[in-house]
Amino acid sequence: MARSRGRQIFGALMTGATYGAAALAILPLAAILTMLIVKGAGSLDWDFFTKTAVPLGESGGGFKHAVMGTLIIVGIACAIGVPIGIGAGIYLAEFGSRKLGRAVRFVADTLNGVPSIVIGIFAWTWIVRPVGRFSALAGGIALAAILAPIVARTTEEMVRLVPNSLREAALALGYPRWRTSLTVVVRTAGAGIITGCLVAIARVAGETAPLLFTALGNQFLSTDIRGPMASLPRQIYDYATGPYEEWHRQAWAGALVLILMVLTLGIVSRIVTRRTRRAVRGGA
Amino acid sequence: MSLPVPLTRAADLRPDVDVTADTPVRLATFGVTAWYGANAGVRDVTLSFPVGTVTALIGPSGCGKSTFLRTLNRMHELIPDTSVGGQVLLDGNDVYEKGVNPINVRRSIGMVFQKPTPFPTLSIADNVAAGLVVGPKMSKGQRQDIIERALRRAALWDEVKDRLGASALALSGGQQQRLCIARTLAPEPEVILLDEPTASLDPAGTARIEDLVHELKKDMTVVIVTHNMQQAARVSDVTAFFYLGELIEAGPTSQMFTNPGNARTEAYVTGRFG
Repeated sequence: MARSRGRQIFGALMTGATYGAAALAILPLAAILTMLIVKGAGSLDWDFFTKTAVPLGESGGGFKHAVMGTLIIVGIACAIGVPIGIGAGIYLAEFGSRKLGRAVRFVADTLNGVPSIVIGIFAWTWIVRPVGRFSALAGGIALAAILAPIVARTTEEMVRLVPNSLREAALALGYPRWRTSLTVVVRTAGAGIITGCLVAIARVAGETAPLLFTALGNQFLSTDIRGPMASLPRQIYDYATGPYEEWHRQAWAGALVLILMVLTLGIVSRIVTRRTRRAVRGGA
Repeated sequence: MSLPVPLTRAADLRPDVDVTADTPVRLATFGVTAWYGANAGVRDVTLSFPVGTVTALIGPSGCGKSTFLRTLNRMHELIPDTSVGGQVLLDGNDVYEKGVNPINVRRSIGMVFQKPTPFPTLSIADNVAAGLVVGPKMSKGQRQDIIERALRRAALWDEVKDRLGASALALSGGQQQRLCIARTLAPEPEVILLDEPTASLDPAGTARIEDLVHELKKDMTVVIVTHNMQQAARVSDVTAFFYLGELIEAGPTSQMFTNPGNARTEAYVTGRFG
């Protein structure tokens, strides 16, 4: 009796400890969100999204140029990084057991671990310096270099989840190998691949370091990808370190917008993941 | 072109259906050996599959019956490090001859697997039509007709005609397997290979598939791998017994089960080993 009671107490304690750990893990996100809402929500108004920065000394203005810039630069990164990443991921999962596959996997893993500032310097050395000017395109390429390996590895994992019996079924119907991979396999893993892309996009949308030497930043609205362009993280950095109260408030609002974008991508990807699991499990 | 004559001719098999020496042999193998690296999973198998018959391949696990089945539509070579020796003649032409596209072979020789493998992202109708995508172009109406005919032949039409657009995963296991049979039938292959098609089904589902096999043999050549000896006795006209990668004996099913020529066949069919 006494021993069983001891076990029950120990069990309850350990369960409590896991709850505590879970709460601690959530705490930073909750704290960040609360702080951003408290400090930033007040400055979030229509002007924030429709106006660009105002000259020094004037009040008002918004982050339109930075929001647009982030959308454009991330868009460039997606246009370049997503196809490369998905293609590489399919290659790794479907054909990548050979030497080249191992090499590609190693490079992707290494690239995943490279600090983003290094990617920025790399893009500066190979794109900005030879071309002679900072550009949104260079920023997009730098972000694509971060995006592609993440997409490649998640795509590979999702494609591996597709049961081999489905591949055989397609091949037995007379599908060529490439068609089996591109239709049956990718379609079955589709939702998972989309999730991987969303997670990767969320990751690069908040990157600041690769943009420092590439897209640089801009106080004006610009849609010319051959020139410098503002971005949310960069604009937050500038305003937060600036001397004016209003800048600080706008920086908080910008941070809130950025984290809401990332949060939305995360939530959408969770919903999509749930759907994939169902599809893949049902097909097994 | 002169072709080697398979050692076992249709007439020699004397299956339980009306097969005379004139019955055309749709599919025949001549000295087929299937390699896994340096090991032969199947050795020197010569066997004929006459038109309008069901041939059951039986034998204990690992005897090579599934491997042999997969050499017939060139599925064996998809496994890395494998190769096939000998000849597989489909209507007299070697499917392993240089220049023959395995894709065309697989379109002529359909295959159904042990577990139902519907494509999970496709609807019931699109699953049936999946094999048509790689075939000749056709109109929507033609496609619709083929889907209906295939589903009717697979005895699934009445159960799914009102929900052709629904996900294939909404079907039961037995229905999914009949859907896979419909998918295999849609491109109208001459031969259909069934690799333990009822292994994952309940008795009711099994009975429906067996009825279906009887229907299919009216205009096709059917080869079925089965672990279940009662099933082989029920559905097949010819039974071939494999053991340790070799074809031990093939003959009319009734004779194979009552009076086999080989002691090992007798031991297996009477349940003394395997």
